Amino acid sequence: MSKQFALTVNGRPQSVTVENEETPLLDVLRNHLGLMGTRFGCGLEQCGCCMVLIDGEPETSCARPIWNVAGKSVTTIEGLGTPERPHPLQTAFIEEQACQCGYCLSGILISAKALLDRNPSPSRAEIAAALDDNICRCGTHNRMIRAVEKAAARLRQGAKR
Amino acid sequence: MKAAVLPGPLADNPVLSRWVSFPKPGKVAVSTGRVEIGQGVLTAMMQIAADELDVAPERVAIQSGDTDLTPNEGYTAGSLSMQFGGVAMRQACAEVRALFLRHAAGALGCKREELSVRDGSILRNNAPTGHDYWTLSSAVSLSGNATGDAIRKPVAEYKVVGRSAARLDLAAKVFGEPTFLHDMVLDGMAHTRVVRQPNRGASIGTVNEDAIRRAAKGPIEFVRHGNFLAIVGPDETAVEAAGAAAPNHVVWKGVEQPSAPQQEASWLLQRPSIDRTIGSPQPSAAARGQQRYEATYTRGHLAHAAIGPSCGLAVYRDGHLTVWTHCQGVYPLKAALAKTLALDPKSISVRHVQGPGCYGHNGADDAAADAAVIALRLPGRPIRVRWRREEEFAFEPVSPAMVVKVRAVLDEAGRPVDWTAEIWSGSHSGRPGHGANLLVAAALPNPLPPPPPADVPDAAGGGAVRNGEPLYDIAAKRIIHHLIPETPVRTSALRSLGAMPNVFALESFIDELAERAGKDPVQYRLSLLTDARCRKVIERVAEMAGWKPDLPAGTGRGRGIAFSQYKNRAAYAAVVVDLEADETIRLSKVWCATDAGLVVNPDGAINQLEGGIIQSISWVLKEQVRFENGVSSLDWLGYPVLRFSEVPEIHVELVKSASDVPLGVGEVTAGPTAAAIGNAVSHALGARIRDLPLTRERIMATLLAE
Ligand code: FES
Ligand code: FES
Repeated sequence: MSKQFALTVNGRPQSVTVENEETPLLDVLRNHLGLMGTRFGCGLEQCGCCMVLIDGEPETSCARPIWNVAGKSVTTIEGLGTPERPHPLQTAFIEEQACQCGYCLSGILISAKALLDRNPSPSRAEIAAALDDNICRCGTHNRMIRAVEKAAARLRQGAKR
Repeated sequence: MKAAVLPGPLADNPVLSRWVSFPKPGKVAVSTGRVEIGQGVLTAMMQIAADELDVAPERVAIQSGDTDLTPNEGYTAGSLSMQFGGVAMRQACAEVRALFLRHAAGALGCKREELSVRDGSILRNNAPTGHDYWTLSSAVSLSGNATGDAIRKPVAEYKVVGRSAARLDLAAKVFGEPTFLHDMVLDGMAHTRVVRQPNRGASIGTVNEDAIRRAAKGPIEFVRHGNFLAIVGPDETAVEAAGAAAPNHVVWKGVEQPSAPQQEASWLLQRPSIDRTIGSPQPSAAARGQQRYEATYTRGHLAHAAIGPSCGLAVYRDGHLTVWTHCQGVYPLKAALAKTLALDPKSISVRHVQGPGCYGHNGADDAAADAAVIALRLPGRPIRVRWRREEEFAFEPVSPAMVVKVRAVLDEAGRPVDWTAEIWSGSHSGRPGHGANLLVAAALPNPLPPPPPADVPDAAGGGAVRNGEPLYDIAAKRIIHHLIPETPVRTSALRSLGAMPNVFALESFIDELAERAGKDPVQYRLSLLTDARCRKVIERVAEMAGWKPDLPAGTGRGRGIAFSQYKNRAAYAAVVVDLEADETIRLSKVWCATDAGLVVNPDGAINQLEGGIIQSISWVLKEQVRFENGVSSLDWLGYPVLRFSEVPEIHVELVKSASDVPLGVGEVTAGPTAAAIGNAVSHALGARIRDLPLTRERIMATLLAE
């Protein structure tokens, strides 16, 4: 029996119809809304690949049922910035070449964005701690931390987010 | 005239149009058999082509890994893409450039020496001629073979190669664009999950389809072929739910699972083996009576543990099978699919699309084969297989456990004069190209027999014996290799293969010998090395780290060094590690000096080196595949890897090199990092742990034994 849910995704109201109200938010984003930037890593809330902001909080989406997100506001990597209007984090990640395979990247950028929203001047240790819910198997950690530091500095100097 | 020798991949694919074409004005298309696996190879290839053809990098578009379009370069593995693929690309581009210049010289009635190329335009004595690659492209045929006669540019003339270039693929990833195979959607695509055969020889007893359907809560169908069972449907959520529930509702016969004792490397010592000796004959009687020393080192099985589980897409239409994969070799996969599925290779196309970093032979080929099997049963329907996380951990081929026993005979000064490394290991070579070794093959009706056990040939750097021989000046050295043909789980290639356990063993052993001789580890190493490039990386890393002899041991703080030349013939790396150790180990700083010959993209190389260091730290501190009635490390809790707050500061330096041969850097740091950690832990604790990973239990046991 299909059910309808309303939520806001990247600032736009969306209505989705699912067969199963336990459908994870990740499946809704990828398969119903075609937003492929949020990725499946484990489905077990252990790796952070599927991280999105739900009402501003960084949350994994792989085991989060759609009924639980109804009425909420979701921001995905596609809502962070665009090539024309990049978020300072995205600019800094490109400048620092903070990527190897990049599969982990969306979740890490979302975690970093949540960190900078609540702490504009994080220390290296605070950045690392905030990213501990995200796995990067390629070993790009230090570049990513440098990129977050750089973005934080620019945001403090008034760069547009 | 005898033709010049072509670089291997170019000799295998000599037609120039396979490598370079000029599809439209102002654009150059170059084609490589190497594939992007997060190592930045396509960016480096673009740099090489831009320089050798004299065109702006922006003009170059890269095509990679497609059996219909690109050269066959086998696997993207072994840190060989630059050393072989890159040199082949250089030569192909040089040949193309020479053909155009020869034609232009004829058209202009001038000498070839008067001509040059600037950003694709042909100049005569530096003045425009009105000709360029694109105006001449219809007149210059690239359908002929490379001859090897064209001279590649001297390194000094490179403008793009040797400078850091931004990765071509990075921006799309940062903005969350669909870039990975996992993101690919084909019209009418069905999602699928496989209900895995627990082991070769197991057969399906009963399938409770109703229970699986109830778990799906959406439309699904079953595809059964021999002992291969898959769940197919339009809605991934339903298919995933069914796939997760299915193992509880399928009864298998003939199940054989690895047991806990088989998880330890020491289990290998009691197994039948295929034995051989490489190197000097056994020590002569004269060597007896001197000092002897021996130590044994082990490492458990390691998973590739890609961040995303494997994925494969396939469609079978009008008698043609098209497969999309993130594996490391599209041509070998094509050959393996043809063999496994009894198809004409001409009726198969395999295309590479990027996936999560794989670091070797993981489940990617197998997922592609799964998709192909289902596609053949459902003609016309595009099929997407995505493995489940547990499936990836349980069924991807793993890096074999290894035991390395080192024995040395020492002279009066405590220097080794005779050295034996005895190595026990399963094969590091289970790739599909070596005999249709695809997971699904064992589940199909009348399965092909498993390929005969073999390891990577020594000519290709060896598998278990890779880096098994030290480069130190020792009069007699030998390796005794015990290949264990039957392993509890499938084993295959993981970043650096046997080099990690071997370098861990021999560089730990050298430290132990230095300690016995009362010598500083850096000085002791240098006293046994004459090769200038080996010495240089050790000296440089010692400078970088501010190495001081005689730091007291057993204080809880430790510093260690180790070095290696990958495969004893490629890049050189020396690593110093600082750490603290009590019941756990925390690395604070790592320094690394590397000589990689001609470095095409320095920042890209450093990125790879850093990645190799971090992955090796993770292996050493945390990683081991666990068995308990089958693989029991099935998620990131059971198979923990290094997290952000555990990553130390890392300083990497590329040592200037006189050589113009590029040497890959993806694997060179694996061994030295592992051994430097081992040596630093020994320094910190005043006691040595010779078994990896360096778990809390092992540290506690070592401390208690003291
Ligand atoms: S996919 Fe959601 S945490 Fe791993
Ligand atoms: S860049 Fe590959 S997992 Fe992070």
